[in-house]
Amino acid sequence: MGDRARGILMWLAVVGVVVFCLFPFYWLINTSLKTGSDLNSASLVPPNLSFDNYTSIFEDSNFTKALRNSIIVSAMTTVCALIVGSFAGYALARLRFRFKFLLLAIILSITTFPPIAIAAPLFKLWTDTGIYDTIVGLIPPFLAFTLPLTIYILASFFKEIPRELEEAALVDGATRFQAFRRVVVPLSGPGLVTAGLLSFIWAWNEFLLAITLTSSPNARPVPPALAFFTGSQKFEVPLGTITAATVVVTVPLVILVLVFQRRIVAGLTAGAVKG
Amino acid sequence: MEAASVAARQPGRRRSKGLSERRLATAMMTPSLVVMALVAAYPIAYAIWLSLNEYSVRVPGLSRFAGLKNYTTALGSSEFWSAFRDTFIFTAISVSIELILGVAFAMAMHQAFKGRAVLRATVLVPWAVLTFGAGLLWRSIFEPDLGFFPSMLSALHLPGADVVWLGQDGYAMAVMVFADVWKTAPFMALLLLAGLQVIPDDVYDAAKVDGATAWQRFTRITLPLLRPAILVALLFRTLDALRVFDLPFALTKGANGTNTLSLYAYQQLTANRIVGLGSALSVLTFVIVMAVSFLYIRFVGGNIRALAEEG
Repeated sequence: MGDRARGILMWLAVVGVVVFCLFPFYWLINTSLKTGSDLNSASLVPPNLSFDNYTSIFEDSNFTKALRNSIIVSAMTTVCALIVGSFAGYALARLRFRFKFLLLAIILSITTFPPIAIAAPLFKLWTDTGIYDTIVGLIPPFLAFTLPLTIYILASFFKEIPRELEEAALVDGATRFQAFRRVVVPLSGPGLVTAGLLSFIWAWNEFLLAITLTSSPNARPVPPALAFFTGSQKFEVPLGTITAATVVVTVPLVILVLVFQRRIVAGLTAGAVKG
Repeated sequence: MEAASVAARQPGRRRSKGLSERRLATAMMTPSLVVMALVAAYPIAYAIWLSLNEYSVRVPGLSRFAGLKNYTTALGSSEFWSAFRDTFIFTAISVSIELILGVAFAMAMHQAFKGRAVLRATVLVPWAVLTFGAGLLWRSIFEPDLGFFPSMLSALHLPGADVVWLGQDGYAMAVMVFADVWKTAPFMALLLLAGLQVIPDDVYDAAKVDGATAWQRFTRITLPLLRPAILVALLFRTLDALRVFDLPFALTKGANGTNTLSLYAYQQLTANRIVGLGSALSVLTFVIVMAVSFLYIRFVGGNIRALAEEG
């Protein structure tokens, strides 16, 4: 195969990948800018550009509350995961103790749990304890599912920090925990960003637990709230507002992901390449 | 080895202030383990208990021990087996396509030096889109007559324009597979790209000198050296596919041959309020997913163990 033919083939492959990945995203934005009968048109650009769907979701308290709930739940999950996960990550990376491999295996095995298996018992437990249908009730299960990856990413990151820096702090009279807090954590910005973004995105997207453990707009995050959007007529899918809401919650993530793409790819592939 | 050399380097560490190393490790591990025990392990145990009881439909809170009755009901119902079948069909087809496309995308990204940054950014976009929102979008794209896909087929005079895509067995599954492939093939490609990047170029150069064709270089070098990355990516994707919930919920609510194990258990639990049977179905889903991951880990066990020892 000639270099020229190879070059053209390469270009075709690149264009194919880009169209495959971006066209549906474009279609999402395109649909969100149509109203009324235009929603049924297959035209590639909105025939009558309209921001009505956006104004109407921001006037709808069901959406604004859901947005608030999503932000609170995802942010709280992320902060807790980073604090609790950095402790465990440091212990696994740096400290010697018994059953280390067993504990790591147990932690990683949580990632294989199907959320449905804990949805039913949590529904019952949360109803009994009164935290069913509250924002607070969503945080512990979200935390349980985001912690394993957080711990894993942070442990790999802590291992890369030169031990000498901690040893210097120990020589200066710091305790091991102070060395962790004052030396290791401040040097781990990129690792914390990676782990934090991945757990934020996980919590932002979670649907099964969110729909099982909430029943009112006061506690419902965006993904389950989309399922309760109502159209102008019964049984009609309110496509315009659903796509506008999806764009509103997706665009910030896309921007974050593009800004931090190197860090995210590093985090996602941490487990896949070694060995 | 490593531990010994570290200890030798810092003889005074044991005398440093604060907790002993082992106690500090216990203190630092405890919060994570408590969260996971309370919100993952305990609920699973409780689900098993719930699944062994029968609950009165008329009197809330009234229940009695029923042994394995819920399990025999579940395993004897055709709905369970059709959800089981649909879940495995979905997993097998979507993960296979994702693997093939993932390898192809990863090779394209690896080769394309000029476009690599653009490509890497591009493939992250589907991954970042809200899964449930994307599912609702796909539903509208495949809407009969008016949706973008049937309209496009009819404009191009292709067959399939008059198919009610989400309304028929087989077609609905095809849409669900397609939606999943769009969302996750790029993710697969990123995992595999990382694997490709650690294969040294001189292996390929040596093979070229020996006269290996491009296909031979792919099958004899790329695939074997990519094997660890492929196995890990397959494990992640298979487990996700077996647990799929958002997509069938958004596309069909489980109708037309797209009911999955998670969705079926959810329906029994919430819509029908059959706690005992719903819990039995949840536990069965858990057991099935764990069994598959156990089989996988037997394949990639060495790999994961190496990771753990390193990590």
